[in-house]
Amino acid sequence: MKISLLWLREFVELSESTEELRAVLDDLGLVVEGIEHVGEGLGDVIVARIDEIRAIEGADRVRLVVVDAGDGPLEIVCGATNFAVGNHVPLAPVGAILPGGFVIAERKMRGVTSNGMLCSSRELGLSDDHEGLMILDDLISPKVGEGLLEALSLTPDVVFDLSVEGNRPDAWSVAGVARDLATRLGRRLKSPAFAEPNAPESSATFASAGIDAPDLCGRLTVSVLRGVKVGPSPAWIAQRLQTAGMRPISNVVDASNLVMLELGQPTHPYDAAFVAGRTLRARRARSGEILTTLDGVQRQLAKAGRGLGDTGEDCVIVDGDDQVLGLAGIMGGASSEISRSTTDVLLEAAFFDPMTVARSSKRHSLRSEASIRFERGVDPELALRAAARFVEVLRESVPDLQWLSSPLDVWGVTPQRPSVQLREGDIERALGVALADAEVSRILEGLGFEVRLDVEGIFVVPPTSRLDIRSGAAGRADVIEEIARLYSYYRLPRRTPSWPEPGGLSDRQGLRRHVRDVIVDLGALEAWTPTLGSDADFELVHPGVERVRVTNPLASEESVLRATMTTGLARAWAKNVERGVGDVILGEIGMVFSHPLATKTPRATKGGVGGLLALNLPLENERLTVVLGRSEDSATTAVAFWSVLADRLGLADVVVRNDEVAPPGFHPTRSASLVDRETGATLGHVGEVDGDLLGKLAPTLQTQRLGIVDIDFDVLADAALVTRKSHLAQVPSRFPSAIIDLAFITPTNVHAQDLAHALRTASELVEDVELFDVYSDGNLPEGTRSLAFNIRFSSSERTLSEGEVAGAREVLIATGKRLGVVLR
Amino acid sequence: MTTSPLANLAIQTAELLEAVKALSSLEALREAEPLIIGKRSILSTLQKSLGGLEPDDRREAGAQLQQARRTVEAALELRRDQLALGARAERLASDRLDLGDVVVGAIRWPASSGHPGLVASTQRELEDVFVAMGFTVSDGPEVESDWYNFEALNIPPAHPARGMWDTFYVEMGEPETVVLRTHTSPTQIHLMESAVASNSLPIHSVMPGRCYRRDTPDARHLATFHQIEGLVVDRGITFADLAGVIETFTRKYFGPDISARLRPAYFPFTEPSAEFEITCTICRGEGCRTCSHTGWIELGGCGMLDPAVFEAVGVDGDEWSGFAFGFGIDRCAQMRYQVADMRALIENDVRFLRQFS
Repeated sequence: MKISLLWLREFVELSESTEELRAVLDDLGLVVEGIEHVGEGLGDVIVARIDEIRAIEGADRVRLVVVDAGDGPLEIVCGATNFAVGNHVPLAPVGAILPGGFVIAERKMRGVTSNGMLCSSRELGLSDDHEGLMILDDLISPKVGEGLLEALSLTPDVVFDLSVEGNRPDAWSVAGVARDLATRLGRRLKSPAFAEPNAPESSATFASAGIDAPDLCGRLTVSVLRGVKVGPSPAWIAQRLQTAGMRPISNVVDASNLVMLELGQPTHPYDAAFVAGRTLRARRARSGEILTTLDGVQRQLAKAGRGLGDTGEDCVIVDGDDQVLGLAGIMGGASSEISRSTTDVLLEAAFFDPMTVARSSKRHSLRSEASIRFERGVDPELALRAAARFVEVLRESVPDLQWLSSPLDVWGVTPQRPSVQLREGDIERALGVALADAEVSRILEGLGFEVRLDVEGIFVVPPTSRLDIRSGAAGRADVIEEIARLYSYYRLPRRTPSWPEPGGLSDRQGLRRHVRDVIVDLGALEAWTPTLGSDADFELVHPGVERVRVTNPLASEESVLRATMTTGLARAWAKNVERGVGDVILGEIGMVFSHPLATKTPRATKGGVGGLLALNLPLENERLTVVLGRSEDSATTAVAFWSVLADRLGLADVVVRNDEVAPPGFHPTRSASLVDRETGATLGHVGEVDGDLLGKLAPTLQTQRLGIVDIDFDVLADAALVTRKSHLAQVPSRFPSAIIDLAFITPTNVHAQDLAHALRTASELVEDVELFDVYSDGNLPEGTRSLAFNIRFSSSERTLSEGEVAGAREVLIATGKRLGVVLR
Repeated sequence: MTTSPLANLAIQTAELLEAVKALSSLEALREAEPLIIGKRSILSTLQKSLGGLEPDDRREAGAQLQQARRTVEAALELRRDQLALGARAERLASDRLDLGDVVVGAIRWPASSGHPGLVASTQRELEDVFVAMGFTVSDGPEVESDWYNFEALNIPPAHPARGMWDTFYVEMGEPETVVLRTHTSPTQIHLMESAVASNSLPIHSVMPGRCYRRDTPDARHLATFHQIEGLVVDRGITFADLAGVIETFTRKYFGPDISARLRPAYFPFTEPSAEFEITCTICRGEGCRTCSHTGWIELGGCGMLDPAVFEAVGVDGDEWSGFAFGFGIDRCAQMRYQVADMRALIENDVRFLRQFS
């Protein structure tokens, strides 16, 4: 909201500098997002008349213009073309300093001397218009040589662009901001002038008003104004509107806008001649009704909207024939608009239910200055004061204006004013500091609260402008915030609390960090790939599977929640290959999602209004996915990567078991499950990314081998599913180990790790068993391969004798035999 | 009456179908394709021979020929699919590898360093600061119902304050009832609900996580981003504790010469609420372009828990009080490492990722 300093000063004395005021406003929670200086640096600019326009030889973009600014002819080179001889334009003479610090000097161009600059209104900081020079004849009757500020009756001003928070319905006006400043700075708040009805004729003899939906319209006042002459507004009104970013239209519309900006009450003037029965009523829109709003858009009324709680309720203003004139509190229709010929005006000033206005405004995608204020809550008591101010303002241009007595004033339901009790110690319990009752009263009374001190505490009733203040405990918090805000957050104490409960990470979080560290140690770069992908990408890996879609994606490529990170990582890798830096391992720990219909274990939670519905939401599965894209990578290095990871995580024994059916996105004959030997739980998969999938993501990479490790972190973090090595330290035997190699001719259906496990547990003398060679060729029987193990025997009590070693060796060979393997 | 040029069409078609069936590889198929349905095929020759017929006969013969062509084409496509499947099966069979037989010890790993992600590292640093102050760390889901993301946080259905969040809705149930969480605040609700259910208050926890807002990405915003949220619910907690925690965090994370200040703001789930700003990390408070010459930059929001939130989760506000705060993890990363364009965080360019240790 743009707010002028000159305007503020009509309500409260302010001698502070712009920067000081910015600091005060920020500290009040009225954050200053920008400061504009209007009319600043225009003191040197004067009005000049164009007397002659000549071409300059060899120049087609600029012309030589001879002007008179009171001291005889001046030659100026000018690039604009929107003017003619006789026009009056602003001239910045040599030596002038324009807004932004631009200094005008004598300049030579194309052999001609330019003695100043003719200005556009943007160059003067007066508007965004940069189409050409500012032509003064369109605005005023200019006099040559007059200062521009005087000519435009412009007073230099500062405009603050404030961001007003959602719980400050009162701050959407100059008066509201001034009230905050006056209270903070301890100054008096001044009031503008208000008119009184001045025609003896009663309003009811001329017009009527009514409310059919008292829950939607809490108050409807209609003032009858006669003898209106529609014309332009006085200059000061136009300037006020312009500083606030509004365009002056006519004295009637401008007065309405001015009052809204000043007091926060939107009003709506109707041409009485076009309001059937000179009657305004507020009622619910009926299904099927259509309204063409002032912006020319046809709107279907009373149509249920999307989202919880939006039943499609619209409040409308209708005339005596029950025809819809406007969407209450949001925008009027064109039929009864003020025009040049308007003489009688019905001025509506009302209170509408904030939630109804908010929902209608959202549903119709229609926001107006009025709806912004109504949806936050306009003071229900303000309506007739706003009308009185409107009349006072309009009277400047229409001195004979008649305001009929007893304006129509119909009430519906308005919000209750709560009474909030601040008990002894409440403020200290909330803010950590006790404030004197006198200070609390001063602040609250400054803000218009009624304050009563009592033995049971401070009883507070908010002003009618503070619809944000609730009742009960919530109201207490609201009032305490106001006290703190005006007292200044900056002055409140700070204390770093401590508590006996220890902080720290959960086991799962600790594990997550450990996993990240290990994959980085193994050379992985940690990536962040998109959670939202395209439907086509989803289909590539999970064809026909129910998927979680976003209703309102930014782009169709970002409309489906990922069910795997493989696609995203493969894409990221392919992109890096394209950049010539694809010789890398990429890894990510992140969430993948399954539609409740595509999983046996959806996430059960609650939702609906009040959280009363049991809901099944997508399963969120945290995974670690690593793609190995270095030139030497394949399923083999993926296994190696996994085995180091498993070792570092202290996993006891996870078997790499080839998959009968590879998981989605994996190479069908190069994939294995990672199975905990004890629990049988599958921790994830290793292998290669399916070449066909790669080919679809990046055709040139179809034949590349991209290793992949994909771990279900939810399983990995579940202590019941994963067997870990003992955390107890094992001191190696001080006696030497005996090391032997055994090679077995092993049928393909006997797993190397199963065999190793059998050997490891065959004799208590076995210290370690490690596979060191796999060999297969035509000399071996069909359906077998040779597995060679390096075996260490040791005892903690003695050096093993040759006999003991030989005996243990025989035990191992016999163990192998039971599994169907024979010593080679 | 002359013999129709299509007298032998049935036989010719059958021969073509036989030829298609006999194709034994994709390569053979590619070679034979022009002879079967291309310009040099019998079908094309027959097509040309129809020119001499009467218009009616020509129309009828054309239709017959077209029918035959479609049959042959369909057979060819079917064969192509069969052969492609076969070729893939062959390729897969010859590719077959028993991953249980990988000799891990035989693999030598090249010396090249990996790098942690910037956001994940930043998250860890932030968590560590809070853990040292006595906070635990909590995780929460990314897809939430309206209740957790909005209503329990005192943002009722159709409330205008919802405009503060540009929400991605999930196609599930009634329209606009399931969302991608727009902030980490729903995790607060989960924590409080479960603490109430298990009678395990107090809570001192931070909640990092991924959030989503329907906001076109630019140098300073991403539609997917990370927040860290803090929640304290305990006896005797005041605004002074909140301000103290924010200040201590700021100095520990950003350095001793950076401090925090609070200014009034509005969030439906806290009251009193504050926006917190820290000394501009670029100019150290001197005033520069980044901080619009104010010396301060906005970091996040905070406040005392609103009684309406306590009511929604069943915490007794007479016994307990608390505060919450939240801010962007990516934003901290951007500030600390002066990342000129936030979009670099999701581009996964190896040249970017390699910089961080």
